[in-house]
Amino acid sequence: MVSITGEPPGTAAARRGGRTRSADWPAAVPLLAFTALAFGIPAVALLLGAFTVRDPQTRASAFSTANLSESLQGNYLNTLVSSVQLSAVVALLGAACGAFLAQAVVASRFRALRESVLTASGVLANFGGVPLAFTWVATLGNSGVVTQALGLDSHGWSLYTFWGLVLVYLYFSIPLMVLVMVPAMDGLKAQWREAASNSGATAWQYWRHVGVPVLAPALLGGTVLLFGGAFAAYATARAMVGSTVPLVTLQIADALTGDVLIGHENIALALSLDMIIVAGLVMAVYLPLQRRSSRWLR
Amino acid sequence: MAAVTPILPGRTGEPDLPAGRPRRTRPWRGAVLGAAALYFLVPMGASFWFTVHSEERGFSLSTYAEILGAEGFATSMLLSLALAAATIAVVLALTLPALLAVRLGAPRLRPVLEVICTLPLVVPPITFVTGISTVLRWGPEHLAATPFWATLIAIQDETFPVVLVLAYAVLALPFAYRSLDAGLGAIDVRTLVEAARNLGASWPHVLLRVIVPNLRSALAGASFLTLALVLGEYTVAALLGYQTFPVWIVTVSGSNGRLSVAVSILSLLLTWLLLLALSGAGAKRKKDTA
Repeated sequence: MVSITGEPPGTAAARRGGRTRSADWPAAVPLLAFTALAFGIPAVALLLGAFTVRDPQTRASAFSTANLSESLQGNYLNTLVSSVQLSAVVALLGAACGAFLAQAVVASRFRALRESVLTASGVLANFGGVPLAFTWVATLGNSGVVTQALGLDSHGWSLYTFWGLVLVYLYFSIPLMVLVMVPAMDGLKAQWREAASNSGATAWQYWRHVGVPVLAPALLGGTVLLFGGAFAAYATARAMVGSTVPLVTLQIADALTGDVLIGHENIALALSLDMIIVAGLVMAVYLPLQRRSSRWLR
Repeated sequence: MAAVTPILPGRTGEPDLPAGRPRRTRPWRGAVLGAAALYFLVPMGASFWFTVHSEERGFSLSTYAEILGAEGFATSMLLSLALAAATIAVVLALTLPALLAVRLGAPRLRPVLEVICTLPLVVPPITFVTGISTVLRWGPEHLAATPFWATLIAIQDETFPVVLVLAYAVLALPFAYRSLDAGLGAIDVRTLVEAARNLGASWPHVLLRVIVPNLRSALAGASFLTLALVLGEYTVAALLGYQTFPVWIVTVSGSNGRLSVAVSILSLLLTWLLLLALSGAGAKRKKDTA
């Protein structure tokens, strides 16, 4: 590297940027190449496969939208709708509970409480998948400890239903919402609250006109994240309910492992494409919001 | 973050202020915290009770003693750990140079990297595995006569499926990217690199002796998140037919429910300990540099 002393800072920076750009970008090539290989090829295969129909007799492939239209009919459509409903319920409930919990933690004067809730949230937000399912089966399943102790099964309780799944999914959704909301709520300046109460605002008016509008991007962004998490979840549902609740992830797995008619193998790909479109649409709401909220929480 | 710091002294000094407002809202807050504690602690307590108590035997910890000797536990655990180690190495080796390049001289690449490292969050893992298995099925028909064929077979080896490392590396990219980007943002990369280069250090030397030591906690964070991801990942491994640790838990639950619950509790505890160790190390580092 050449010494740059004695030059105006602007030209130095400009020249430095210009010079090193050509030398530095190759360092990013491995990552780009890897993504193209490990992510790009499967994505292209998925896209092509979703639009390909194979004739069972001649084994000839042809371009067609038959898979996609089939994936949006009858039982397949039901699983998709059921997944969206489940994710929406989990997202709304989780966002509400998570926001209240975050507010209770932020407003608390005990630092130890705050630290332990944040640490626990960090762990529990990642506590999806198989262990989560078995923890709940042991608690509220048919022979679960709480089910037996309270005799819930005689009241018609079953964990292996839509609302059972909601209850279980909230276990990792609420902590995730807490993680999203606590930094945002820390950004609420004490002066705003003081200004509001000095001007005679009630607590309700403060939240209605100051708190919630300022937190709106974080709230919406968190809700979207929860939706995405619940929508994509497969392991928990598979380990817990098998296939008693129709979900698109379970349907894709069944189709992938051969539980479809001959000539309809690509239905799994079409369903996957449907899922990506739904997830992509929802995430498209999140990204601009996240950018906005990170701007004023600085 | 700058806005947060001035609030903290005010908060510690709060007892001096008229404490009317916090006291008024306290019952509501207590109820929320109580309900949350109930919801989050009961399943843990109940599932622990489930593993140690039974009608016929009473209280016994024998389920936990069974785990180590259980058939398939050691092999599946070792497979998952080996996959985790390989994934961590791949992810760090890919993201660190790319992020350095973005910071040092190719800022126009940043949006590209951001998109690449966000896609795995948008695309549900099950659709990703659908794509992978399509490629793997499609290979035999079209590539049988080419050298790619041998590669496709090699990456599906039962004892160490490289295809899982590739998939997990993609899934781990967002976490590694964020952790390392935050770490690089906290140090003056350009000055460090230019000082080292001016003193005659080679690029590998700069990377390993200057950048990496300064990024220790960010690298540890990225590694930890990747480890947690790989140890808990079920979807990809199960649908591609490999017996990793989570897949083994589901398999064993069919014959021994108590054992699968015990293993689930232990895997939660393991994650918890790793995270506590990590945040402890981070706090200690912060104190050292302050």
